[in-house]
Amino acid sequence: MSYEAGEFDVIVIGAGHAGCESALASARMGCETLLLTINLDMVAFMPCNPSIGGPAKGHVVREIDALGGEMGRNIDKTFIQMRMLNTGKGPAVHALRAQADKFSYQHLMKKTIEETPGLTLRQGMAEELIVEDGKCVGIITKTGAIYRAKAIVVTTGTYLRGKIIMGELMYESGPNNQQPSLRLSASLKEHGLELIRFKTGTPPRVHKDTIDFSKTEIQPGDEKPKFFSYETKSSDNEQLPCWLTYTSEKTHQIINDNLYRAPLFTGAIEGTGPRYCPSIEDKVVRFADKPKHQIFLEPEGKHTSEYYVQGLSTSMPEDVQLDILRSIPGLEKVEMMRNGYAIEYDAVIPTQLWPSLETKKIDSLFTAGQINGTSGYEEAAGQGVMAGINAARKVQGKEPIIIGRSQGYIGVMIDDLVTKGTNDPYRLLTSRAEYRLLLRHDNADLRLTPIGYEIGLIKEERHNQFLQKKALVEQETERLRNTKIKPDDVAEMLESAGSAPLIQGGDILSLLKRPEVTYDHLASVSPSPYELTDEMKEQVEIQIKYAGYIEKQLLQVERLNKMEKKRIPVDIDYNDVNSLSLEAKQKLILVRPLSIGQASRIAGVTPADISILLVYLEHYNRVTAARGN
Amino acid sequence: MIQDTIAAISTAVGEGGIAIIRISGPQAISGTDAIFRSKISLKDADTHTVHYGHIIDPASSEKVEEVLVTVMKGPRSFTAEDVVEINAHGGVIAVKKVLDVVLQLDGYRTAEPGEFTKRAFLNGRIDLMQAEAVIDLIRSKSDRAFSVARKQAEGVLSKRIKALRQTVIELLAHIEVNIDYPEHDVEAMTSAYIREQCELAIAEIDKLLKTANEGKILREGIMTAIVGRPNVGKSSLMNVLTQENKAIVTDIPGTTRDVIEQFVTLNGIPLRLLDTAGIRETSDVVEKIGVERSRDALQGADLILFVLNYNEPLVDDDRQLLEQLKDRSVIVIINKMDLPGRLELAEVEQYVSSDAIVRMSVLQESGLDILEATISEMFFEGQLEANDLTYVSNVRHIALLKRSKQSLVDAIEATHVGIPIDVIQIDARQAWESLGEILGDEAGDSLIDQIFSQFCLGK
Repeated sequence: MSYEAGEFDVIVIGAGHAGCESALASARMGCETLLLTINLDMVAFMPCNPSIGGPAKGHVVREIDALGGEMGRNIDKTFIQMRMLNTGKGPAVHALRAQADKFSYQHLMKKTIEETPGLTLRQGMAEELIVEDGKCVGIITKTGAIYRAKAIVVTTGTYLRGKIIMGELMYESGPNNQQPSLRLSASLKEHGLELIRFKTGTPPRVHKDTIDFSKTEIQPGDEKPKFFSYETKSSDNEQLPCWLTYTSEKTHQIINDNLYRAPLFTGAIEGTGPRYCPSIEDKVVRFADKPKHQIFLEPEGKHTSEYYVQGLSTSMPEDVQLDILRSIPGLEKVEMMRNGYAIEYDAVIPTQLWPSLETKKIDSLFTAGQINGTSGYEEAAGQGVMAGINAARKVQGKEPIIIGRSQGYIGVMIDDLVTKGTNDPYRLLTSRAEYRLLLRHDNADLRLTPIGYEIGLIKEERHNQFLQKKALVEQETERLRNTKIKPDDVAEMLESAGSAPLIQGGDILSLLKRPEVTYDHLASVSPSPYELTDEMKEQVEIQIKYAGYIEKQLLQVERLNKMEKKRIPVDIDYNDVNSLSLEAKQKLILVRPLSIGQASRIAGVTPADISILLVYLEHYNRVTAARGN
Repeated sequence: MIQDTIAAISTAVGEGGIAIIRISGPQAISGTDAIFRSKISLKDADTHTVHYGHIIDPASSEKVEEVLVTVMKGPRSFTAEDVVEINAHGGVIAVKKVLDVVLQLDGYRTAEPGEFTKRAFLNGRIDLMQAEAVIDLIRSKSDRAFSVARKQAEGVLSKRIKALRQTVIELLAHIEVNIDYPEHDVEAMTSAYIREQCELAIAEIDKLLKTANEGKILREGIMTAIVGRPNVGKSSLMNVLTQENKAIVTDIPGTTRDVIEQFVTLNGIPLRLLDTAGIRETSDVVEKIGVERSRDALQGADLILFVLNYNEPLVDDDRQLLEQLKDRSVIVIINKMDLPGRLELAEVEQYVSSDAIVRMSVLQESGLDILEATISEMFFEGQLEANDLTYVSNVRHIALLKRSKQSLVDAIEATHVGIPIDVIQIDARQAWESLGEILGDEAGDSLIDQIFSQFCLGK
C-alpha cells in the first residue's frame, strides 16, 4: 500500500556528503526540501578514511565554503588534526588536510541539517522514481510513502546494488554493512539511464592499545592550524598525531602467497576500481619491485580507540588481513576491530548529465556524488552543492549555475565528468586543472564568493567582509606600486632577506618579485597604513610574486572563453554533419556539448572535427538567420 | 553540407611533358563523364581505374585533347571525396584548354590554393601534420626533398616527436605526483632532476632543429652564389653544372648583366645557383645594376663559390673580396688548371683553409667530383647518404619546436631562481603542449594515465 506522504520543492535521496550539501543549499535558497536517508544514524558518515582535504580536494572544500556550503565549517569545528601540505611548493598547491573526529563530524552535520528551516530530514529508502511526461515529479519509498516534488537529487553513494566482497565471501550490502538500495537502480534504468559498475574499498581498522607506536614515526598536526572556512577565525581543538610505518617483505610474501584467494584476481570483482586508490594486493602485484609501501595510522576520533590503517585497503579474506596487519612493524600484536572490504555499486554514466548535473533523459532529475562515478567526500560534496543549487534554481525558474574550468576545481570536475565521462572512479587531482595557478587554495573566496552571494547562499555580512578584503588587497598592491625607494632605503632589509642589493631605485613592489623577499620584508621598511589580516598580506604577496605566470594563464583563459562562448544549439542534429568522423558523431550525439569549447574536450573529437563543426555551425546559423527573415 | 566540385592543374605549369588536372567533389565523376568520349562511361567505372579517351568541348563537339582519366571514388581518395584526375600530354595551352572546358561544367569552380589538402584535412582524411607534409610535398623540388616529405607523412618524424613528448611527460608526471601526493614516498623532485630532464629534451629538439636546417636545404636548395672577377669562368661553371646554356657566355668581360637563378642537383645535393654579374667597379650603367644585384645575392647566399683564374695572379679586388668572405661558407675554385699557373696558392690559403680550395678546369669538366664532395662535407658533414631521412621541413613545426625549446629553457631558468615546482610545471607543460601541436592531436587524459602507470599510489 502506498500513501501520499507530502509535497516538497526538492527531494534529496541520500544524506552522505553530496546529499547533505544538496539539501542544505536547496533549503537555504528557499526551497522546501526533503532529505531522505536509509539510516538516520549515518548522516554525513565517513565510511573510509577519517580525513578531509589534501591537494585539489582541500581546494574543493574551500570552494564549497565560498559558495555557501557546509563542509568547511563542519570540519573546522570537528577536526582532530590540521596540516597544511605542500608548503615547500608554490601557493597554488598549498593544501589543507584535516583528520576528522568522524563521529563529531556526523553529529554536527546532522544537527545543522535538523536546525535548518525548510529542511526536513527523514529516514526512508527511495525505491522508485515517479516520472510523468519525461519529468521526474516524485519518489516512492519502501514503506509506500509517496513524496512529490518539482526536482529530485539522487545522491546514493555506494548504496545502489551495493555488494561487499572479501575473500570468498560476498553479500549484498551498503558500506559498513548498511542496508543496500536494491531497487532504485532498476527504476533509473527503466527511465532510460545507463548504469555502470564501479568498485572501491577500505582498509581494516585496528585497536590503538595494540599498536606499538615506538616502531612508527609520528606525524603531528600544524602548531598554528589554518582553516577551511573563511568564517572560521580560530579554534581550540586539541590535535592528535598520525603515525607512519611501512609494509615489510613478509607482508608482500603473505599477499603473494594468498593471491589465489584475492577476489581482485580470481575474477569475483567485476566493477572497475579507482586507479589512485588501489588495494594493497594490487599495489604489490603491479609494482612488484617496490620493496615497501607506506602505511599511515590515523585516529578515527577522540572518543574511540579505532585506528584507520591508511595504505592497506584490501578485499583479502579476513584471516589473511590479520596476517598482513601483523607483518607490519608496530602492528605485530595488533587486534583488528573491523576488516577491510571491497564494495561494488552502480553508478550513472556521467556523460548522461548536463553541466548543471540534471540528467538529459529525465527532466528535473539531478544526480551528484559517487553515483556520478566519482570517489571521495570532497568530490561528492562539491557536486552536491552544485546539484542542490541547480535543483533549487530549476524550481525557481532560473538558469543553472555552471562553474567554469578557470573558476574552480568544482568546474573542472563537473566538466570532466559530463564531457569525458570516466572509466574508473574519478578523483580530483590538481593536474586535472589547466589553470592551476588561478585555482588557488587562497583565492577560492575571490573566485566564488560573488556567485555564492548572487544565488543567496552567502549572506550580506560575509559578503561585505569579502568586499572589504578584496578592496584592501587592491589598495595595498597599489600603494606598494606607488611607493618609490632608493637602494639605501632597502639595503638592510635585502641583506636580512639574503637578497642582492638594489642598484637602482624604483617601486618597492618590484622587490616582491624576488623569490626570497616576502611581504613582511617590505612591510618592515614600508609599513602599511591599512589594517591587513594575514590572508590579505598573503594575497598581496602571491598576486605580485606570481604576476607574470598568472597573466600568462589569464591570457589562455581568455582564448578558452572565446571557444566557450561559441554556443552549440541543443537541437543540432549531428547526423546532418556529413564529414564528421563516425567516432566524433557518436560522441557528440552522446555528450551534446553546449559549446565548441566543451566539444573540443571530448575524447575522439579531433581538431579537424571541430573545424568541420565550426563550418557547419556557420552554415547552420546562416540558414537559421535566413529562415528568420 | 553542400560542397562545390573543384578543379585545378595540379602539376607546376611548364614542368615536364605531362600535366594533371585534378577534380574533387560530389560531381567530379558525372561532370567529367559529360565531356569525356571513351569506350566506357565513367559513371560505371570502378574506383582506382584509368581510362583512355578524349576531352570534348560540348559547345563545338570537337576533340580538345587526348587524355588518360583516373577515377578514385570517395572516401578512398586523397580528399575523401570523389576524385578524377585528367592526364593531358600536350603543352601548356592544351592543358589550359581542357581546364577551361572542365570549369564550364555545372557546379564546378577553380580550387583555391591548397584546397584539395584542406578538404582532405576537413574530411578527416589526413591529420594536421600530414596535411602540412603534403603541402611541403607539393612544393618539394628535388627528389630527396620528396622523400623527406613522404617519410614525414608516414610518421617517422611523428615517432621522434612522440618519443620527445614521452621524456617531457615523464617529468610532468613526476612533478604532479609530488604535488598531488605530498606525503607519498616518491623520489622528491629536485631542481637538478628537472634540469637534467629538460636538458635531455632540449638536446633532442636541437637535433631535430638541425635536421630542419638540412631539410630546408634539401627542399629549397643551397642558395649558391658564384662570384669572382669578370671572365674567370663563372658562367661556364654554371653551364657545366646546369648542362645548359642559359647564361650568356662570352669572353668579353662584363657580359653577364643579371642574376640568373638555376635549380640543379649535384649528385643529390640541391643547389640554387645564382650566377652573378662579375663583381668589379664599372662605369657602365647597365652593368652597374648587375653588380649591385650581385652584391645582394652574395648577402643572402648559403654558399659562395669564389672563382679564381689559375692563369692570373691575385689582384686587390680578389683580396678585398676574400677578406669580406672570411666568415662565410666559401669554396674557392681555382679554375683553368689546364693553363700555366700564375696564381700564388699560398696567398689564397691565408684566407681560406686548404680543404675549401678546389682545383678545376671548367672547360675540361675536371674536378667536379671534388667540388661535390666539398659541398657535401660542408653542409651535411659528409653524411648526406645516411638513410635516416628525418627532416623537420615545415615552418610551423620548426616554430613549435623552437617554442617548445624556449619553454624548457624557461623551466631550467626558473629552477635557478627558486621558482616552486608547480610553477615550473607550467613551462614544462607548455613544452609538452607545443610538441603536441605538431602532431595535431590533443593531450587529453594521458598525463593522468602516465602518473598512475609510473607511480604506485593509494591509500
